[in-house]
Amino acid sequence: MSDFRISRRTMLAGSALLLASTAMPTIGWAQTPKKGGRLDVAADSEPRNLNPAIVASNGVFFISSKIVETLAEASFDGKDGLDPRLAVNWEGATDGLSVTFKLREGVKWHDGKPFTSADVAFSALQIWKPLQNLGRTVFKDLEAVDTPDELTAVFKFTKPTPFQLIRNALPALSSVVPKHVYETGKIEDNPANNAPVGTGPFKFADYKPGQYYRLEKNADYWGKDQPYLDEIVYQVLPDRTSAASALEAEEIQLAAFSAVPLADLDRISKVPGLKVITKGYEGLTYQLVVEINHRRKELADLKVRQAIAHAIDKDFVVKRVFLGYAATATGPVPKNDPQFYTADVPTYAFDVARANALLDEAGYKKNDDGKRFSLRLLPAPYFNETKQFGDYLRQALAAIGIDAQLVNNDSAAHIKAVYTDHAFDLAVGPPVFRGDPAISTTILMQSGIPDGVPFSNQGGYKNDDLDALIAKASETLDTAARTELYKQFQKKVAEDLPLINIAEWSFISVARDTVRNIADNPRWAVSSWADTWIEG
Amino acid sequence: MTRALTLLRRRLVGSIFVLLIVVIGTFLLLEAAPGDAVDAYIVSTGGDAGMIELLRHRWGLDQTELTRLANYLWALLHLDLGQSVTFSRPIRDVILERLPNTLLLMGSATVLSFGLGSALGIYAGARPGGFRDRLLSIGSLALHAVPGFWLGLVLIIVFAVDLRWLPIGGIETLVSAKTGLERAADIARHLVLPVSALGFIYLALYLRMMRAGMAEVWRQDFVLAARAKGLSRRRIVLHHVARNALLPLVTMLGLQSVQMLGGSVVIESVFSVPGLGRLAQEAVAARDTPLLLGIILTSAVLVVVINLLVDIAYALLDPRVGASEAGA
Repeated sequence: MSDFRISRRTMLAGSALLLASTAMPTIGWAQTPKKGGRLDVAADSEPRNLNPAIVASNGVFFISSKIVETLAEASFDGKDGLDPRLAVNWEGATDGLSVTFKLREGVKWHDGKPFTSADVAFSALQIWKPLQNLGRTVFKDLEAVDTPDELTAVFKFTKPTPFQLIRNALPALSSVVPKHVYETGKIEDNPANNAPVGTGPFKFADYKPGQYYRLEKNADYWGKDQPYLDEIVYQVLPDRTSAASALEAEEIQLAAFSAVPLADLDRISKVPGLKVITKGYEGLTYQLVVEINHRRKELADLKVRQAIAHAIDKDFVVKRVFLGYAATATGPVPKNDPQFYTADVPTYAFDVARANALLDEAGYKKNDDGKRFSLRLLPAPYFNETKQFGDYLRQALAAIGIDAQLVNNDSAAHIKAVYTDHAFDLAVGPPVFRGDPAISTTILMQSGIPDGVPFSNQGGYKNDDLDALIAKASETLDTAARTELYKQFQKKVAEDLPLINIAEWSFISVARDTVRNIADNPRWAVSSWADTWIEG
Repeated sequence: MTRALTLLRRRLVGSIFVLLIVVIGTFLLLEAAPGDAVDAYIVSTGGDAGMIELLRHRWGLDQTELTRLANYLWALLHLDLGQSVTFSRPIRDVILERLPNTLLLMGSATVLSFGLGSALGIYAGARPGGFRDRLLSIGSLALHAVPGFWLGLVLIIVFAVDLRWLPIGGIETLVSAKTGLERAADIARHLVLPVSALGFIYLALYLRMMRAGMAEVWRQDFVLAARAKGLSRRRIVLHHVARNALLPLVTMLGLQSVQMLGGSVVIESVFSVPGLGRLAQEAVAARDTPLLLGIILTSAVLVVVINLLVDIAYALLDPRVGASEAGA
């Protein structure tokens, strides 16, 4: 896995990794991986575009990360939390204007052509920067990619860009697709978007709409002896109860991304031969937040926002809504983030009396009917848990005299109501923390974002100090200084409550206990599965 | 036979108007729903303002509703259903891929509910008020009261998870090289549970209708005459009573098959059958207007055809019906 590591800078980590990666299969199992077999997996959606270079989303990665590889993958023990993939080494210039990637030698595309730096340059400039949902932000200042030789790609930026941000973006944003497949015609209309060609351990084999996707082993894969599996079949199971039944009936061996609802986990964990796995999603943390429309006079008052924060029993939410499969949140960076998290922020203990007192102080006295004012509350419909938390929040607010009217929409209507029409007072949302606050977290508080941008500050919140802090962090090159700025950012957010962070959760996998080497990196479900194998 | 042809012509002309109204109505309804295809899409991806604008432009959503409706109708005139936003494929292909599965499911379920329902109805109606009648009436009502998805889930748990006699879902074994008869048998095996779930729910209607019809007929004079003639009870039941009670069931068959399209939405989801119902549900969630219009049109054509067949069957079964229409 790490045999091409050459840099002195990363030598130590590299050898540690080498050790870890060769030792991994034997730890705990004391078995050598068995080759062959077909892994049947539950899939709950059929992405309209399978090209992860264009659509960097978990739904797409779940399938295509086995076919198309990124420059680096997230790792539990690698340096900076990374493990090399198509790049074996990366180094940022001190002026923040360039990053140099050394690429892996001897890698071939699934169609047999060699993988070179031209492919990386093409993917970055023609796809990540102009077309990719996340890349459009992170690579906005990318000006050119120089390719001095076939195995070197030098990213050039017009403005100093923190190397830390680029590093943190690699696992999700750096899918490399072949230039020779995409250079003719419109990239968005390329048939390879639905039948991807990559360098990964598995090749795209076939897709039957409404039924399955099938991937087959890439015999020319660069990883030694990898992959172990012959085939991966994703069975499309649209019903929420199907995955659990299919696991029990042994029609599938793995259901990732909490395809088995939390309420079923207790029962399913007792089924012989099945195991519930909570590891392997550390890099995909979802945050349960209360989004606030600051255009509402009452909500523009910090005391009211503090009162709402005090009215919510986060422990109860974790215990009852998430059945324990979550953690309470203190601020906009999740506790499990190894780089940025700080616990040194103002906290809001569950205290109804204090909440009531704050509302009284703010001048919103209770009327004769015990109510202070009414609000529209829009829980996002994407997860059971966001809907259930909406029900809880309504009751929690009733206890402090705020009458919340629940407005339930389907996904499209919710997105429109909250992020375009601003037709909400409070909303419950699940933003994703993607390993660096600059990728998709700061836009939740930053001002000046056009209407209609989803998962961004559409609540009309504007705080010049916070804006300045976010701007400064985005151009601070020194990793330690940058990290410190994001610690201040967390403090400021917890202080001023542009939104209220309630809990953090990841997904759960349920698998047959014969499936080995699962959950061995922080983005396992969306990684390559090159080392996954089936026993027996 | 000319009578049937006249009927056919009349119905076809009327149907075109019906279809036009259905298309425009559906279009307006879906436009009235908040959020468009781009809103539905960015739920899973996010994206900045520029990307969203780009998508709206590429998917033609930056045009006015009227322009889009006009474009759609114009294309429809050339028998072009357009391109699906969610699948980035021609809608005709997407629908044709799923239609056979839905037809198979609906058809089998209709045969089951109509066949078994009327047979049991005859059994119950042979002695209205008797023990068998009571038992069947109550039993069928209970089945009718059960929600389709629940019955489906119970069938899955019992027959697929616990007993493992049948597959839990899908239309056929995935990635199998089965062909010909072997494949047909495989599909049949996969259909047992969904067809039962869908068919059993509608069975009660036929059963009760048959039974009620027969109870009515028993009181009529010609039955008395038949009895007086000394015909066997069996002959009276089958040839005189049941036969006369059958006609309303044919009407019901037309109406019911339409309702079954709705029921198949749920059953197709529970049993992961790649059919039209599930597709419609996905099209609504994705705000894929042209795809939904295509599905609705297909279903509307299906309904028109079924009703036409029912009318023709009627005309053939009961000379009075066709005569009055054709003669008018």
